[in-house]
Amino acid sequence: MATAADAQTVAGPMVPQPFRVTKRRRELADTWTLELEPTGGARVLPAPGQFTMLYVFGVGEVPISVSGDVDGPLVHTVRAVGAVSRAICESEPGTVLGVRGPFGNTWPVETALGSDVVIVAGGIGLAPLRPALYAVLRQRGEFGNVALLYGSRTPADLLYRAELGQLRGRFDLEVDVTVDAAEGGWHGKVGVVPKLIDGAHFDADSAIALVCGPEIMMHFAARALLDRGVPPDRIYVSMERNMQCGLGHCGHCQLGPTMICRDGPVYRYDQLERLMAVHEL
Amino acid sequence: METIEAVLREVQLFEGLSHEQLETIAGCGQNVQFPEGELLFKDRDPAESFFVLRHGSVALETFVPTRGAVVIETLEAGEVVGWSWLFAPYRWHFDARALSLVRATSFDGACLRGKAESDPKLGYELMSRFAQVMIRRLQWTRLRLLDVYGDGHRS
Amino acid sequence: MIDPEALDDLLRALAAHGFRTVGPTVRDGAIVYDDIESAAELPIGWTDDQAPGRYRLERRDDEARFGYAVGPHSWKQFLLPARIRLWRARKQDDGFVVEQDEPDGVPLAMIGVRACELNGITIQDKVLLGGTYADHDYAARRKDAFIVAVNCFEPASTCFCTSMETGPKAEAGYDLALTEILDGGHRLLVEVGTMRGAEVLADVPTRPADAADLAAAGAAVDGAAEKMGRHVDTTDIRDMLARNLENERWEEVASRCLTCGNCTLVCPTCFCTSVEDHTDLAGDAERTREWDSCYSVDYSYIHGGSIRPSGKSRYRQWLTHKFGTWYDQFGSSGCVGCGRCIAWCPVGIDVTEELAAIRSTDRHEGAGDGDD
Repeated sequence: MATAADAQTVAGPMVPQPFRVTKRRRELADTWTLELEPTGGARVLPAPGQFTMLYVFGVGEVPISVSGDVDGPLVHTVRAVGAVSRAICESEPGTVLGVRGPFGNTWPVETALGSDVVIVAGGIGLAPLRPALYAVLRQRGEFGNVALLYGSRTPADLLYRAELGQLRGRFDLEVDVTVDAAEGGWHGKVGVVPKLIDGAHFDADSAIALVCGPEIMMHFAARALLDRGVPPDRIYVSMERNMQCGLGHCGHCQLGPTMICRDGPVYRYDQLERLMAVHEL
Repeated sequence: METIEAVLREVQLFEGLSHEQLETIAGCGQNVQFPEGELLFKDRDPAESFFVLRHGSVALETFVPTRGAVVIETLEAGEVVGWSWLFAPYRWHFDARALSLVRATSFDGACLRGKAESDPKLGYELMSRFAQVMIRRLQWTRLRLLDVYGDGHRS
Repeated sequence: MIDPEALDDLLRALAAHGFRTVGPTVRDGAIVYDDIESAAELPIGWTDDQAPGRYRLERRDDEARFGYAVGPHSWKQFLLPARIRLWRARKQDDGFVVEQDEPDGVPLAMIGVRACELNGITIQDKVLLGGTYADHDYAARRKDAFIVAVNCFEPASTCFCTSMETGPKAEAGYDLALTEILDGGHRLLVEVGTMRGAEVLADVPTRPADAADLAAAGAAVDGAAEKMGRHVDTTDIRDMLARNLENERWEEVASRCLTCGNCTLVCPTCFCTSVEDHTDLAGDAERTREWDSCYSVDYSYIHGGSIRPSGKSRYRQWLTHKFGTWYDQFGSSGCVGCGRCIAWCPVGIDVTEELAAIRSTDRHEGAGDGDD
């Protein structure tokens, strides 16, 4: 797993490295995917689940999960929700952004070798999970049943729709998609993502589940997985808190005894359950 | 062709019922089929049955003036459609439309209510199982109410 | 042994060795840490009277140089300054170039560092240097910093370093350590901690310490330990706090706490900072690092709202982090028992009292909640 520690011994780890936007693709009304290459220095090699701190000159910096394949350019799918993310989304190819990282821990793809893999994603939560899916598919023979269960608010909010269609064409992958609310013309499932867990094909005794989406959706999904008999130490979720330095120095991302920038963002559900029972922790 | 009892055995809802109980319920059932687009039942009509879907999918809809038919939820093979037969005034609360060719087993509500009255144990089993279905649907509905993806920008 | 007057020689020796000398001095009715050039600037003959929500200076009837406990300042204002610029960036045709800021390179000599404060520095070292990443600025300031520690003989009523095992005697981590003796002649015992300390001391008139000196120094420090104003039972404190996150006491203290964050400002181990990006009128960008406090509502803000909107949750976060989850994160307690938070809380909340209250209503394991 790459860390930025090695790259940053001369310049401090708070200094962003310049990366140029090489591709920019609009995914949804408010979501874009950017591909980035370093302008001078070495490539970063983030592992699935990690994030970088993405900087727009003079505007600010936000943590964004990586959503590309390990063997490729740095890929980020970003939703424009604030000043910085909006500026990132508006960056045309050629623009130079700043990158720090990658930081954080990873989806446990190695742990899942030999097991069934259930990937449960809601909304933009599919973006941090996509590298994990790529990693699994790259060694497809090493896993049992693999299911991708995905949903969003409406059909217009389905991320990577064309790619989902392609994935659906594989014979070794179950892809099930739903939306919370349908508009006219949608002939697919209508219902919440956790509901897809009931009907998915996997062996609860031997599955590893990777879950990412809004926090409440992750907890309902975890509950549905637990109801099916998946043990809590085989369910992984991706947590989010206010993040500023990414280094474990600023204190903001604390979640109980952990810091999301170094002990997360991927958490095992059994370790999280107790913390989540306390409100406003 | 599968007997209705064999169908019931595969439905999670009826897991654990005795052979006699399954036979009793099966006695109120018959196989039905709907072509794509047809309604299984209509909002406000008398609710005298419920369906166990065996093939295809069904959309629960409600008609909203200016918006048209809005899909509340879709149901798949293996799921149960309809619980209004259990409670007076026994009227449907939604439309149910076949999204594809649908094969289902439909169960006569009045017939089952009668059997339940003479066999309270069966009645209890039916009630508690349907309650489970409703609770789960309620959970999912509540999760949708939270509008977890919502950002307030779009309706 | 040195005479009190030799403290001037010490300051001059440090300056001659290229150090910026900072130490205690009286200003605005408090003993603060600031640049000092001569020993006359030390708080000669002053002591502090501290209690929950109260800090007053009082005249002593002797000329003790270090006859007080701690004031509102801690040494973190020098090692982790309240506001620094991390870097500047200039736009170019093709992107931007970043110029990292560095401290001015003048090494710091901190005079009058109490044992509790020395532990505080060690704790911040762990946070900022001991993880995967080292804080660039802190590392630079810390690297050549010279520490003249002072062993306490006059704790305040708010002190509880003995409970936290951080004092009153400075054990390690100093270049020189002073113990001021008033009985039988005003003098100071000097203990040398490093080669560098010995080098600097070589320029100061000293005489060997005799048995009586050593005994008097020992008695002064032992006396401090006995006079300790407050205590905290730290038995199993990490787990105790972890299983009492829903204790009623949080609601009670929240009714008093103003979430003003004073405690985090004066605490020598509080390290939270925020990162701010700005542009100036010339179009250059800069990034600054500023002290932040977990008491602010914005501290835990993520898209749409704060994770800890209530004052109760923020007070709980601070106390349970300081005394509990700090162990999980850094392998020690975060508190050094200096008592500043007690004195400088405008409503006089006393952490030792809060911890005792929680302990007395502790929901033990086996009561249906909490397990590890």
